[in-house]
Amino acid sequence: MTATRRRLPALVTAAVAAAAVAWVLFLAADTPAGTALDNPGTFMVTALDAVTFAGLLFVAASGFTLIFGLMRTVNMAHGSLFLLAAYVAIGVQQAMLGKTRNIEPSEVSLVDWLVPMLVGATVAALAGMVIQQVFLQWNEGQELRQALITLAITVVLADQMLREFGGLAQRMVWPGSVTHFIEIFGQRYATTRLFMLGVAVVIGVLLWLWLNKTRLGLVVRAGVDDRQMVRGLGINIRVVFAVVFFAGAFLAGVGGVLGASFSGAAPGTDGSWLLNSLVVVIIGGLGSIKGAAAGSLLYGTVVAFSPAYLPTQYSYYAIILTFGLLALVLAVRPYGLYGRPA
Amino acid sequence: MTEAPLLEVRGLRAGYGASVVLEDVDLRMGVEAVGVIGRNGMGKTTLCDSLVGFLPPSGGRVLLHGKPIEGRTPEKIARSGIAYVPQGRRLFTSLTVDEHLAMLSRRGRRWTAPDVYKLFPRLAERKRHRGGDLSGGEQQMLAFGRALLLDADLIVMDEPSEGLAPAIVDVLVDAVHHLVDEGVAVLVVEQNLRAAVRMAPRQLVMVSGRIEAEFAGDELLDRPDLQQQYLGVGAATGDDAPTDAQKAGTTDA
Repeated sequence: MTATRRRLPALVTAAVAAAAVAWVLFLAADTPAGTALDNPGTFMVTALDAVTFAGLLFVAASGFTLIFGLMRTVNMAHGSLFLLAAYVAIGVQQAMLGKTRNIEPSEVSLVDWLVPMLVGATVAALAGMVIQQVFLQWNEGQELRQALITLAITVVLADQMLREFGGLAQRMVWPGSVTHFIEIFGQRYATTRLFMLGVAVVIGVLLWLWLNKTRLGLVVRAGVDDRQMVRGLGINIRVVFAVVFFAGAFLAGVGGVLGASFSGAAPGTDGSWLLNSLVVVIIGGLGSIKGAAAGSLLYGTVVAFSPAYLPTQYSYYAIILTFGLLALVLAVRPYGLYGRPA
Repeated sequence: MTEAPLLEVRGLRAGYGASVVLEDVDLRMGVEAVGVIGRNGMGKTTLCDSLVGFLPPSGGRVLLHGKPIEGRTPEKIARSGIAYVPQGRRLFTSLTVDEHLAMLSRRGRRWTAPDVYKLFPRLAERKRHRGGDLSGGEQQMLAFGRALLLDADLIVMDEPSEGLAPAIVDVLVDAVHHLVDEGVAVLVVEQNLRAAVRMAPRQLVMVSGRIEAEFAGDELLDRPDLQQQYLGVGAATGDDAPTDAQKAGTTDA
């Protein structure tokens, strides 16, 4: 009896997952996409949408989870750094091309995209480090206070960015060399999405190498396990905190530039990407990079599949499935997929 | 002029909030192994934590080579020469044995990862295992080895023999002797009298936040009355030594 009750969330989750697979494969005839068996092309494209969007989610959320994992700081300004980098990169790109509107991808070389990306991400990283040094360092261990401070910074930055960059949506332009379409099961597919996934994979590999193959990375991981013991071994944790905040904000910035190229930047983008990052890390487990990857894939899947495979008249409810996913994951693993109690 | 002792503690006070745990601790040691024994709750771990800066003392002095270090941050104290092997080992659960040592290796240090593997060959066989997957004995060896890499002058160990098989305790005892031979001092806090006596020739007894008495060698092993008084252990703890209480070599601190 009690054993059944304890396993209930897992059983429900397994049943929901099986039902979702069966629905997509055989039953989804009355949906925009149709069943996967009838329309394999649409299914493939939806799956690719899921994976490529997951790449963007991972870049944005990995920085958030990195900072939380080491410092237990819930950085509510993560979305602001995302948007700040986007605006800066757009400005740099426009300056490099010498025009502010009607930029065609064919005019944009890889350098015209990469340099603004690095500049934007570095500006976000420096801003993040200033936030950490000026506002958060003095409140170490006071998580609620830190969350409120970063929330206040978000409000101030949102206003300042509105003043500086205006209220209209702006777009970063992908380089022409990656802007093509390819055929997948008879469907046209934008290679820019694959490029976005490629950038995310490179970021993921670099992050893995840093955390596993460098001494500083090992210290960061050790600090996630036991900060005080790291200090007891003679390591200046404040320097490590500053570096990690820099890295986490840099990742937010790279995410922001990818996001601005993918779907543009506008007031409100900051809030929605803070929410996206939160959803990913809550699913994956706060503080775990592996969890950020897994959470991105799951969340990306739900985001891509729900509008395509919900019955046509119910497409509005796609967003609710996101929170259904959260509820299911947390019912089975209260700390997220790879999370653990603080 | 007389040379300052390696470690000198004068009137050390520490506690948590309003509750004072260390009342007034005095202790001096040179390059030697010294044991601190006492019952649970007498302040042994608090003494360790306040020496290494995990718990800033509320009063008194801690001098290392004659220089005050009390109130400094843990990282500064570790750099000035005190390494800590805490109770429960506190390894990094997600790091492998190799990574624990790689994280602390610096060029030009006296102790290197290969030295640690030489001292504890068992660890060399577990290089790729994570801290959380090691046996208790292996964890203790790694915590010890990790502390060695700091090239400290003094290693503070809190309950190293806790929960370990006798064969593993033997390995630790040998390692402590080896260290002292190499010129590294060891302050070992123990509840297990037999282990403490084998590691350190000098035993300080801690009672209610003070050092109450000092004993040399295995004096205490022959004194069930004192064991009862200071450690609260029953007279016969599998002791094969004769229990004659003729030598009253206690020196009150």
